[in-house]
Amino acid sequence: MPKITYVAHDGVETVVDVAQDDTVMRGAVLNGIKGIVAQCGGGASCGTCHVYIDPENTKPLSQMHQVEDELLYFTACERKENSRLSCQIPVTEEQDGLVVHMPEKQL
Amino acid sequence: MAAGGGPARAGAGPPPRARPPPPRGPITLIGDEQAAPYQRPPLTKAYLAGETDLAGLVLRQDSYYDDHGIKLVRDERVIGVDRQARVAVLGCARTVGYDHLVFATGARPRPLPIPGAEHVLNLRTVADADAIRQRLDGQIGLDVVVIGGGFIGLEFAAVVRKLRHEVTVVEAQPQVMQRAVSAETAQHLVGRHRSEGVQILTGTGVAAVREGLVELTDGTVLVADLVVAGIGVIPNTEVAQRAGLTVDNGIVVDAHLGTADPRVYAVGDCARFASTHAGGLIRLESVQNATDQGTTVAAAIMGSAEPYTALPWFWSDQYDVKLQTAGLTNGHDRTVTVGDPSEGRFSVFCFKNDRLIGIEAYNRPIDFLMGRRILEGGNSLTPEIVAQPGFDLRASQQKAA
Ligand SMILES: Cc1cc2nc3c(=O)[nH]c(=O)nc-3n(C[C@H](O)[C@H](O)[C@H](O)COP(=O)(O)OP(=O)(O)OC[C@H]3O[C@@H](n4cnc5c(N)ncnc54)[C@H](O)[C@@H]3O)c2cc1C
Ligand code: FES
Repeated sequence: MPKITYVAHDGVETVVDVAQDDTVMRGAVLNGIKGIVAQCGGGASCGTCHVYIDPENTKPLSQMHQVEDELLYFTACERKENSRLSCQIPVTEEQDGLVVHMPEKQL
Repeated sequence: MAAGGGPARAGAGPPPRARPPPPRGPITLIGDEQAAPYQRPPLTKAYLAGETDLAGLVLRQDSYYDDHGIKLVRDERVIGVDRQARVAVLGCARTVGYDHLVFATGARPRPLPIPGAEHVLNLRTVADADAIRQRLDGQIGLDVVVIGGGFIGLEFAAVVRKLRHEVTVVEAQPQVMQRAVSAETAQHLVGRHRSEGVQILTGTGVAAVREGLVELTDGTVLVADLVVAGIGVIPNTEVAQRAGLTVDNGIVVDAHLGTADPRVYAVGDCARFASTHAGGLIRLESVQNATDQGTTVAAAIMGSAEPYTALPWFWSDQYDVKLQTAGLTNGHDRTVTVGDPSEGRFSVFCFKNDRLIGIEAYNRPIDFLMGRRILEGGNSLTPEIVAQPGFDLRASQQKAA
């Protein structure tokens, strides 16, 4: 299974196996990783699954749709160039080894 | 312990009354479904469309419960609660003692009060969705009749239409989603469904269902290979009622979600609570409400005295329409529409006595999120401001800030 690394705001890293076709958000929530809230359960409605993609990332990522783009203006922590909603990033073997950083807060 | 395995999470303990001490014991989560707690929204969306399976719905991995000291009991019903002895009685006759008890028993489909109801499927659980999927599996062009034009009926219709079946929605009220959205929003949704080839009949009830046929109250007879109802739910309150708790279209709780028994709470679809937003007792059926109430009660059990004040919000996906509502728009006396309905992107601002009470964002997520903040923060938007040509919520708030 693809492995995804979640880096908490305090630097603590958790590596999780994420099932094929689950999302980066689900990988965190299923395992109870704090730092991703996902109030709407992946409905692209809440903006509380915000992550920063590791600046060194070379893995291909899904394209950003308009809804995600708009929601990202309203996340609790500042939007940066590498901001994404983790529920909009499906995981396949291609994303194995992806590293995401979680913001200080989601709400 | 908590009864009910939906998203309303475990937790429990009370506020300004005599308060039992915060618990140190284990959490037991008892649910009568086979599946571990899962999300229901995808049942009328990705799951029904076959885009995800049960593993994609569960709220937590099995190991999570063990790792966090939560005992998950599946496929078991709580049939009684003895508040004197502080035990819950399971169907298998086993008892589970508690210091704090949370009812998170949700709701079940309202039975259809017509002849032939046994031919009609419901959609509440993953088992229901599986039964429907089985009937549709591998086929196209079936005649599907949906009874009820609420959000579940319409979401269901959208997915089934995408699976290339012929869909008719029958709604007894003059407007679809009457309880949930304004006439403007409802009208656009109906337009969208019709443009996709879904037939929507309003102001007509269903008189009877027979094998392969649905008879409407106006005499029309529809051919139906599959009939699915989404006519609303009734809260699961029987156990609470038998335990002597106050029940009135929901387990009645105060602003802290506590019942008259300081050890007993109710959250989610089964709870009728004092809402600051509605100004009275209401029962909500939404993920927001279930999860936020779960959080409030968990904190209360741990000693917090915070009342439940979270702003209600909701979303519904139909085709590529994302409808999001912030606040409660029910009971509005004036609406102002912003944006371009003809392009399928607009928001309806709902006012009551010139006060903004809610926003319905139709493919305008920014308005939804901004609207939540405005409604949470005590808002000053008037219909006159919103009705100004070129009004833009984001710009107006930047100016105000
Ligand atoms: C098809 C569908 C689509 C939806 N889409 C959306 C959406 O897009 N957005 C949104 O915000 N909301 C949506 N909702 C609503 C949302 O899913 C519910 O509001 C939410 O599930 C309520 O959570 P709950 O925990 O209160 O109750 P439930 O999820 O109903 O869970 C209660 C559980 O308790 C069990 N139970 C009941 N009595 C007992 C007993 N005596 N002993 C043991 N177990 C018991 C039930 O079987 C059930 O498993 C949807 C609902 C459905 C059915
Ligand atoms: S989980 Fe709500 S937007 Fe991603």
